[in-house]
Amino acid sequence: MTAAVKKQEWRIDAVAILAILVLGSFYALWGIAHAADRAYAIQMWTALGAFLVGSAMLVLHISRGPSAESVASRYENGVIKAGVFASMFWGVAGFLVGVIIAFQLAFPSLFYFQEFGWLNFGRLRPLHTNAVIFAFGGNVLIATSFYVVQRTCRARLAGGLWPWFVFWGFQLVILLAGTGYLLGVTQGREYAELPWYTDIWLTLVWVVYLLVFLGTIWKRQEQHIYVANWFYLAFIVTVAMLHLVNNMAIPVSFAGWFSYSLFSGVQDALTQWWYGHNAVGFFLTAGFLGIMYYFIPKQADRPVYSYRLSIIHFWALIFLYIWAGPHHLHYTALPQWAQTLGATFSIMLWMPSWGGMINGLMTLSGAWDKLRTDPVLRMLVVSVAFYGMSTFEGPVMSIRAVNSLSHYTDWTIGHVHSGALGWVGFVSFGALYCLTTWLWKRQRLHSFALVEWHFWLSTIGIVLYITSMWVAGIMQGLMWRAYNEFGFLEYSFVETVEAMHPYYIIRAVGGTLFLLGSLVMVYNLWRTARGDAPAAERAGDVPAAAAVAAE
Amino acid sequence: MWSFHKWFERHSLILIIGILVVVSIGGLVQITPLFFIESTIERVQGVRPYTPLELAGRRIYIREGCYVCHSQMIRPLRDEVERYGHYSLAAESMYDHPFQWGSKRSGPDLARVGGRYSDEWHRAHLIDPRSVVPESVMPPYAFLTQTEIDFEQMGDHLRVNRMLRVPYTDEQVANAAADARAQAEPMGNYAMDFEARYPGVAVRDFDGDPARVTEMDALIAYLQMLGTGVDFETYQADTPGNRR
Repeated sequence: MTAAVKKQEWRIDAVAILAILVLGSFYALWGIAHAADRAYAIQMWTALGAFLVGSAMLVLHISRGPSAESVASRYENGVIKAGVFASMFWGVAGFLVGVIIAFQLAFPSLFYFQEFGWLNFGRLRPLHTNAVIFAFGGNVLIATSFYVVQRTCRARLAGGLWPWFVFWGFQLVILLAGTGYLLGVTQGREYAELPWYTDIWLTLVWVVYLLVFLGTIWKRQEQHIYVANWFYLAFIVTVAMLHLVNNMAIPVSFAGWFSYSLFSGVQDALTQWWYGHNAVGFFLTAGFLGIMYYFIPKQADRPVYSYRLSIIHFWALIFLYIWAGPHHLHYTALPQWAQTLGATFSIMLWMPSWGGMINGLMTLSGAWDKLRTDPVLRMLVVSVAFYGMSTFEGPVMSIRAVNSLSHYTDWTIGHVHSGALGWVGFVSFGALYCLTTWLWKRQRLHSFALVEWHFWLSTIGIVLYITSMWVAGIMQGLMWRAYNEFGFLEYSFVETVEAMHPYYIIRAVGGTLFLLGSLVMVYNLWRTARGDAPAAERAGDVPAAAAVAAE
Repeated sequence: MWSFHKWFERHSLILIIGILVVVSIGGLVQITPLFFIESTIERVQGVRPYTPLELAGRRIYIREGCYVCHSQMIRPLRDEVERYGHYSLAAESMYDHPFQWGSKRSGPDLARVGGRYSDEWHRAHLIDPRSVVPESVMPPYAFLTQTEIDFEQMGDHLRVNRMLRVPYTDEQVANAAADARAQAEPMGNYAMDFEARYPGVAVRDFDGDPARVTEMDALIAYLQMLGTGVDFETYQADTPGNRR
């Protein structure tokens, strides 16, 4: 491929992206001029600023031409490096907000401020959940999927500048979402709080993401599509479907943020939890299983344990997960047949989940000794253990009798965090440690001792978090249903709130340890990326010609 | 048998179609019947669309994220029915776009909070929760008393709801802004008109500040009507049509 052809190809992307940015700017300007409320005006100013900065960056990039490093490498690495940075940044931000709201519940008189209503729990909690799930998790998924699809297809990322559009477009989603939540801009649906215009922008970014990923698969020089890519593909496609259906809404005005969802009441509830549970199933599970299926075999230097198990794991998991939503609605006004169906499939889901866990853990067959010497591998393996634990706990909690106790309590919060901190967090950290050494071509991490610190701080943090929430949740559930000897309810509601206090403190301490651990990681990764350790070429990353020349 | 899988592994489009088919089945089987099976929503007397002021209060409820700590769904369990009142019916949220059933009770359920406390209690509690409930972990919402309600878009809000089959009359849509003000001004000029359009609805100065109609008025108006609609004297839980 000659340089001239390359340049031509870049220009077409650049013009199309520029057109999107200019159209976006015009809409934002129109929105500012006609804004029906202040929050919407601020959102549009933010968008306008982002589009203008984006255009400037694009023009600057084109005028400079492709960098020597990017031409020399067989793969597109720049956008993945940016993804590593973004993951670290949003991870720390999301954990920090989580720690803040944990302290708000532990010490409400200290951490609420009359004059700053926008720092109230109700506005920060969506900020926390979205920051950790979509900003941190999303960036990890985009970065790792771009890395994995190139290596397993032995093809450069498709679409020239479009991967960069995906990266920056996704950061804009996060920016609009985060500032919006502080302003009170929300749809009032858990994990789908994004307002209608951000939903539309995310749809555009997501479609481009799918096309970049598919385009790379189409260019592949391997006959087979590797198992990690099945999971990434299922994650991208299904999240698109969930997003489109669950966010159908009519805005009150095109110059205002508020919209009314198309469905109401019971239908709306099931649609939302169909979405909500599969945000867990496909965003936080399928996508991260893609990471497991590439990074664990790579780091352990062993093939995936069982090819056939991967096939069963994949199809069973994606088929069963989608049914599990109604277990969030046990004993509600949802018809009971739907509740029973949801619970049944949730229990069946235990099997493929553990099938996947076994496939991940057994990949270490013959390499278990590496757990003693490689703290990064240990992190990856412990993440799979947490995955096994929370995917056992989930089916248990979806049983009606258990759910009648656990629902509405902090047990649910503890369950979510054993999955989110233990599984998603650790597998992401493991992948980030790997990616930083590989992308910046370092022989090893700056410090293994700091990885140990990170591992133990986080593990102790998680243990404090989930054990305190188990106790708090089960205790509160039991207190709600306790009767005294005269047949009256034993406790008023606020007495059960009071009883939570010590556990809320323990939880906040656990969260703080987890945050500290992530800061240790950021320092370590930064030193690794910056470090002056000798560059170690990974064999696959060097184009054949260059490799020969070097010899 | 295993070699069959090579079709999926070698052709990305077949893989995608396979994924789409497999992930569509569950949702189609579970969600679509809810729109067609008539018994999904019970037949009840008394559930009415929100007044413009209540609808504005509901928007504040959504904006402030009340749903992250308060459920609006009482389960048919003995302790819940004794603590909060009759278990929630699907019919009670049939005009809720979006639903606000919630998933966590850091605070108590609010499905039937309407009429349980006085307006004054709500006002004091929202301004400074710990002044009335010392153990509470709820954030303070004093700023609601400072912000006046924006009446300009009231008609549009009702119009969009009517597009979504909430049964507002032409008259209600046309007078939405006036009605929102009238509900909080019992001595105002439009109170009688409002009562004619929304018979039986509470008209009073909810926030204790007669000079202005604030967000506090709207939120308390909304809270005070929650769960008060259904006439449980006439509701027959055991009739076949209401069994689900």
